[in-house]
Amino acid sequence: MPEGLLGQLEVFFTWQNALLWLRATGTTVAMAVVGCGVGFVLANLLVLVRTWPSRWLLPLRVLIVLYVEVFRRIPFLVLIFLVLFTTRALGLHMPLFAVACVTVTVTATAFIAEIVRAGYESVHRNQWESAAVMNFGRLRTVALVVLPQAWTVIVPPAFSYFVMFIKETSLASQVGVYELMQAGKYFNNVGVSPFLAFGTCLAIYFALSYPLTRVGWRIERRLAHRFRRTSPAEPLAAPPVVGP
Amino acid sequence: MAQIELRGVSARYPSGGQVLDGVSLVVDKGEVVSIIGPSGSGKSTLLRVLVGLLPPSAGEVWLDGSRLDYADRKALTAARARLAIVFQQFNLFQNMTALDNVTVTPVKIRREPKASARARGEALLRRVGLGDKLGAYPDELSGGQQQRVALARALALGPEILLLDEVTSALDPEMVNEVLDAIRDLANEGITMLIVSHEMAFVREVSDRVVMMADGAVVETGPPGQIFDAPRTERCREFVSKILRH
Ligand SMILES: Nc1ncnc2c1ncn2[C@@H]1O[C@H](COP(=O)(O)OP(=O)(O)OP(=O)(O)O)[C@@H](O)[C@H]1O
Ligand SMILES: [Mg+2]
Repeated sequence: MPEGLLGQLEVFFTWQNALLWLRATGTTVAMAVVGCGVGFVLANLLVLVRTWPSRWLLPLRVLIVLYVEVFRRIPFLVLIFLVLFTTRALGLHMPLFAVACVTVTVTATAFIAEIVRAGYESVHRNQWESAAVMNFGRLRTVALVVLPQAWTVIVPPAFSYFVMFIKETSLASQVGVYELMQAGKYFNNVGVSPFLAFGTCLAIYFALSYPLTRVGWRIERRLAHRFRRTSPAEPLAAPPVVGP
Repeated sequence: MAQIELRGVSARYPSGGQVLDGVSLVVDKGEVVSIIGPSGSGKSTLLRVLVGLLPPSAGEVWLDGSRLDYADRKALTAARARLAIVFQQFNLFQNMTALDNVTVTPVKIRREPKASARARGEALLRRVGLGDKLGAYPDELSGGQQQRVALARALALGPEILLLDEVTSALDPEMVNEVLDAIRDLANEGITMLIVSHEMAFVREVSDRVVMMADGAVVETGPPGQIFDAPRTERCREFVSKILRH
């Protein structure tokens, strides 16, 4: 076996193959970045609507809660098949990469929405009240007062979720997206030793995750240091009552 | 003319029982009225009703002869634009420096020019003795200093009506006198003030009228001389004698 491996190295390490791996790595990262990036924006919107104190939005709030609770509990693999076949059934022939991105976004939004909500709730109710009394309005209260304080609570778990999700996207290979895992499978299929093929996968996943984890620790420490001023007294349990 | 009028206002917190029980109260323009009463009697709650954080469950609030409709966002916003409050817990924005706490509403909400708002904010903070703390965050300030930032923040709004909840509770005696002076100045400028305080010397000194509350209701109202020296109700006599003895 070792000799076989050694013999393969020469064939395996070519510029052409390196480009294939690079492309696969790019796809893996892109899925996580697009999904979590869009998911982060959408999650903030969901939380904003969910905590908006208006009777008219009640049906929407119910939908959001349902969405968050359901989609956090569906395995990524199940979801990606669902998205694939739903879009096909609707006659949308999206590229596989787009299907994967939609799927990542759908789960990431649900997950990050919970992280963002916990962040909002870590901000003391009196902060909302001060802002309300000075006529801030909901959006400016969130932008000027709540998010800057919730940031320390939101960013570290959101970032580790993102790093975790890089690994999760390997499941997209099941529908044929050419990402890292799929590249491993491809090389294995064309005769490259599985140790080499999947070993390269492993190395690249690690090379992606480890520095990012370190960056995450950095961010966490930095935030903890710079904004010690997160939650003054006891955090609040329910969305705040602000005016009628 | 009555600037603030409460007619039989009752209020309850969503999580608890009745806290205010039919409070009626009239405050004239430029008047300084103090509210005293035992802890938990509903003084802070009364102020919360006035700033629209807690809509009354019964009764009416009138401002300058028009009834405040708590369901009407616009009316509430208009009312809040004329009010300022210093909360018992100060409620400073934790993510902003002292100066930003004072200038954020003028600049970001009222769209005043930044330079003039800043200048005014600095002047106000100097006036309350915090000229050297402009860049400090609330968690870097003592309780008394935070309280003074909160006062400066309220004054920066140029309110017609100022609500002060225990505004001297965290201050040393020297500072109490300065705040007292500031309040007198404000009264002379014609600002209507509703002051909740446990400090009887302060109340006697600064108030035109004193309102004694107990169990969510007004027990007695009168000039300081009456409330402190010749209370008419047993409940008030009892409270005042207890407090003045200590
Ligand atoms: N957010 C709240 N939710 C439920 N109950 C509350 C809340 N805030 C106050 N209460 C209750 O309302 C009652 C009146 O409280 P309030 O703060 O108005 O008293 P207070 O007169 O200001 O007292 P103190 O002098 O101690 O500040 C108390 O019994 C208190 O337990
Ligand atoms: Mg109080």
